[in-house]
Amino acid sequence: MQTLTVPAKTQLQLAHARNPGMVLDLDWVASVQANTSAIERRATTLGGRRSVKKEFQAAWLLKAVSMIDLTTLSGDDTAGRVRRLCAKARQPVAQSMLDQLGMPSLTTGAVCVYHEMVETAVRALEGTNIPVAAVSTGFPAGLSPYHLRIAEIGESVKSGAKEIDIVISRRHVLTQNWQALYDETREMRAACGDAHMKAILATGELGTLRNVARASLVCMMGGADFIKTSTGKETVNATLPVTLTMIRCIREYQDRTGIKVGYKPAGGISKAKDSLLYLALMKDELGHPWLQPDLFRFGASSLLGDIERQLEHYLTGRYSAANRHAMG
Amino acid sequence: MTIRDIFDSMEYGPAPESNVEVLAWLAVHKNRFGHWIDGAFTTPGDTFATKNPATGKTLADVTQGTAADLDKAVTAARRAQPKWAGLSGHQRAKILYALARLVQKQSRLFAVLETMDNGKPIRESRDIDVPLVARHFYYHAGLAQLLPSEHPDMQPLGVCGAVIPWNFPLLMLAWKVAPALAAGNTIILKPAEYTPLTALLFADLSQQAGLPKGVLNIVTGDGETGAALVAHPGIDKIAFTGSTPVGRKIREATAGTGKALTLELGGKSPYIVFDDADLDSAIEGLVDAIWFNSGQVCCAGSRLLVQEGVADRFHEKLKRRMDGLRLGDPLDKCIDVGAVVDPVQLATITSMVDACKDGEIYRAATAIPVGCFYPPTLITGLSAASTLMQEEIFGPVLVSMTFRTPSEAVELANNTRFGLAATVWTENINLALDIAPKLKAGVVWVNATNLFDAAAGFGGVRESGFGREGGWEGLLAYLKPKLKTNSLPQTKAFPEPTTPEIVGLDRTAKLFIGGKQARPDGGYSKAIYSPKGKLLGHVGLGNRKDIRNAVEAAHAAKGWAKSTAHNRAQILFYIAENLSARAAEFGQRIRDLTGKSGDAEVEASIQRLFTYAAWADKFDGAVKSVPIRGVALAMNEPCGVIGALCPDEAPLLGLISLMAPAIAMGNTTILVPSETCPLAATDFYQILETSDLPAGVVNIVTGPHAELAKPLAGHLDVDAVWTFSSTPISALVEKEAAGNLKRTWVNHARARDWFGPEGEGRPFLRAATEVKTIWIPYGE
Repeated sequence: MQTLTVPAKTQLQLAHARNPGMVLDLDWVASVQANTSAIERRATTLGGRRSVKKEFQAAWLLKAVSMIDLTTLSGDDTAGRVRRLCAKARQPVAQSMLDQLGMPSLTTGAVCVYHEMVETAVRALEGTNIPVAAVSTGFPAGLSPYHLRIAEIGESVKSGAKEIDIVISRRHVLTQNWQALYDETREMRAACGDAHMKAILATGELGTLRNVARASLVCMMGGADFIKTSTGKETVNATLPVTLTMIRCIREYQDRTGIKVGYKPAGGISKAKDSLLYLALMKDELGHPWLQPDLFRFGASSLLGDIERQLEHYLTGRYSAANRHAMG
Repeated sequence: MTIRDIFDSMEYGPAPESNVEVLAWLAVHKNRFGHWIDGAFTTPGDTFATKNPATGKTLADVTQGTAADLDKAVTAARRAQPKWAGLSGHQRAKILYALARLVQKQSRLFAVLETMDNGKPIRESRDIDVPLVARHFYYHAGLAQLLPSEHPDMQPLGVCGAVIPWNFPLLMLAWKVAPALAAGNTIILKPAEYTPLTALLFADLSQQAGLPKGVLNIVTGDGETGAALVAHPGIDKIAFTGSTPVGRKIREATAGTGKALTLELGGKSPYIVFDDADLDSAIEGLVDAIWFNSGQVCCAGSRLLVQEGVADRFHEKLKRRMDGLRLGDPLDKCIDVGAVVDPVQLATITSMVDACKDGEIYRAATAIPVGCFYPPTLITGLSAASTLMQEEIFGPVLVSMTFRTPSEAVELANNTRFGLAATVWTENINLALDIAPKLKAGVVWVNATNLFDAAAGFGGVRESGFGREGGWEGLLAYLKPKLKTNSLPQTKAFPEPTTPEIVGLDRTAKLFIGGKQARPDGGYSKAIYSPKGKLLGHVGLGNRKDIRNAVEAAHAAKGWAKSTAHNRAQILFYIAENLSARAAEFGQRIRDLTGKSGDAEVEASIQRLFTYAAWADKFDGAVKSVPIRGVALAMNEPCGVIGALCPDEAPLLGLISLMAPAIAMGNTTILVPSETCPLAATDFYQILETSDLPAGVVNIVTGPHAELAKPLAGHLDVDAVWTFSSTPISALVEKEAAGNLKRTWVNHARARDWFGPEGEGRPFLRAATEVKTIWIPYGE
């Protein structure tokens, strides 16, 4: 498999090499299959096959916290709102609880904001290792002028974003124009420079799981460091069947290139129990490396609150209330 | 381990399901059970232990059923039966509905007990077995409700005996008890020796559903108890699920007794993966196919056939998936594979795999608990000749070989004595729908595996048994027509007179094999006389070699099954037309043979040919309402090659009454005509010769029924055998049929009015067909 060389200086500590991308392999793309009924069956039965209890559950939930991209992507975001979110990212769970759990220093995986909020976030997170991720390229629809979309990446990187969540042009997938999708992804990746690129597929708008699988592969060939399900703005966001489809592509890509690509489900994951299912799926399908923040993230805003309540339940034996935990 | 440690290692940890409630129920019964007879537990007799295979600990002692116990149970069931059958369909439906609700209300108790007794993961008993049990009773509550209006001419068989296996103890109980009771039968069920407890719990709770005493009886015990139940003269039907060797013994033991019989036996079901399949999903399917219940599943997809071009990649992916399987305490909610049912079974699996000297054995690189566990195993590089490719292992062992083309896949898939289930993975619907009908199996799953539902028939062909469970087709196996029958005296040939009357030119009646008139192999003939002593002609005395040749010819004509139903109808109409043109001659022939007017018989024969010409394109299959996004097609497929010993008393009509439904449905046939009056049949082949019927579809071998029945019924390449002969050969036919477990339809020396409505119709069509259920989930 021929790979392209991309300078891979990275500021984040990685246990693995960055994805340099590769030449577009259309035969491979065309050969991808995804049987919807079978994928759904696997996803539906997963909850019955995997169960994590007691201290194991507590540890797994803390792990989930460490992989959350704490997110605010609203038209009414302000500097104050973003600072509050960053404070929550620094201290996602009450210190007293973390102390009891034996995990005194725990932060979320990242904070994810629009470009305008990047500088505020970077400042608010100074002194931590928490990266700021910026959604980019005309998020969420990705239909602004192409040169502006590319330029937007550079602006966010300049402002201090270490991760760029780009949106792909869904129309290229829907018209099966893989060359266009590949070219776009490559150029965006180049624009990211040292910043890590997460490619948002907006799977809820791709029509079929087969399209999801093919788009996943093309984005990886284009050099995506992560593939991500959704903007959170589509009517259907992250689901287990979509996840299974995408992570099987990640595995296939690793089998052929030796390169590990990360995965980020986003939107719709709001329950602690759901986060455990996602982690089990990552563990079973991809293995332990994908249980670290450099290869897995949750794009979520309300998930953290439910996890906090479950952790308190673990510690006290009593079901908890939301108002007992600090807002993000 | 600290939370920090787990945070780093991300191990799953234990997640045990509580067994407190089960232990409490066992304690109420002092961990000791008698049988459930006539609505109450009997005092325990000689007992044996039933153990938890995962721990080796005894759960309870259960009673070894004796002949006296069975007598008591049969008496109770017999006494209860008329009243149970006399209830309205609605009244029976209400009780079956209550049973369904009870199973749901106590679902966890059943699931935990099942897992403890059998060793299967709690996920399987909780998410699959128990919900299917409830569904089965719901569905059959509905069948009970509809039965009187849908089948007003049918009645229950009486007292049923069921012998069930240890792999799905409660589910198999449901598969036997629900239809038996819905149809108005009472039942004695013998659970498997290893796993009797959920049946006893079910019986214990059944009173709360208002089930009258004596309707359901449970007699526990080992194989001897089962054999005694099968042999009990007070039983009207045996329903068995279990191994093929035991099924064969039951077929032999019940031969000639008049007991109805359905057998659901072993398999070596192919799992076919084409190169355009979603390979990851096909691998996940294999987890459900061969590691479900540790592969101790009769329909397990145990024989992997993978297209050569993707085989290496597929095997590599598969091995990785195997390494991720978690074995452990079956009550743990986070394991994939539980314990093997018993150390005896573990030893069987171990010795079969250890004896395999070819191929490459891969054992999952996963932790294997100490005790009754066997690692998920894949054996690649085997050939069709390898023992493990042919023999059922009944364990978590998958064997694999490759194929090149779709037709080779079908050939390899069908290269087995079994025919229970098959799985096909391809994204090409043209390929899937082309392959599915060609596979010799009662059930075919497309892009899925091990899907079950009460609405869809389940059962096998070939040595995987006969009969269907589920759907209307399953219920019919517990019913019989409301018919008053008379005994059938053996027809005698008219004696040779001292001076036979000879008229006209000598005519030689021959056998009719492969579309050609053939002299009998033995070179002997027999003179046939009219009642008045006229020599009517000579008829060849066929022997076993003629039967052999006829079966070869019938197989050579297998293209008949693929001809269109319209085409088959046209040929049946044409046969009727040609018979009509020679009606007078045939009428005279029958008068000569029988001494009675033959015109009515010829007219009835023409009508019968029309009946089946009409049916040829109207005996439709069904689309079953199963709870998936997809369709389950119930296709009526021809049995294959049918041998029939024809009635003596209606020499032309009897033969046509058997031939016409068989060939209308696409079967090819070997017909043995009336022994005493065979010349109407030998005249009839001239009609066949002029009616565009392809050679070999109908073969006629004349001769003595008692001699020809044995090679015909015993032939291993014949799929079904029927006898309506007046010679008492029903027992012989059923016994010989055990060889390859072919379907039988015999008269037990009871007469049938070939001129009346019982001489034709759906029962004949059902006998001439097998229901194949093809599951096709869809969605993009």
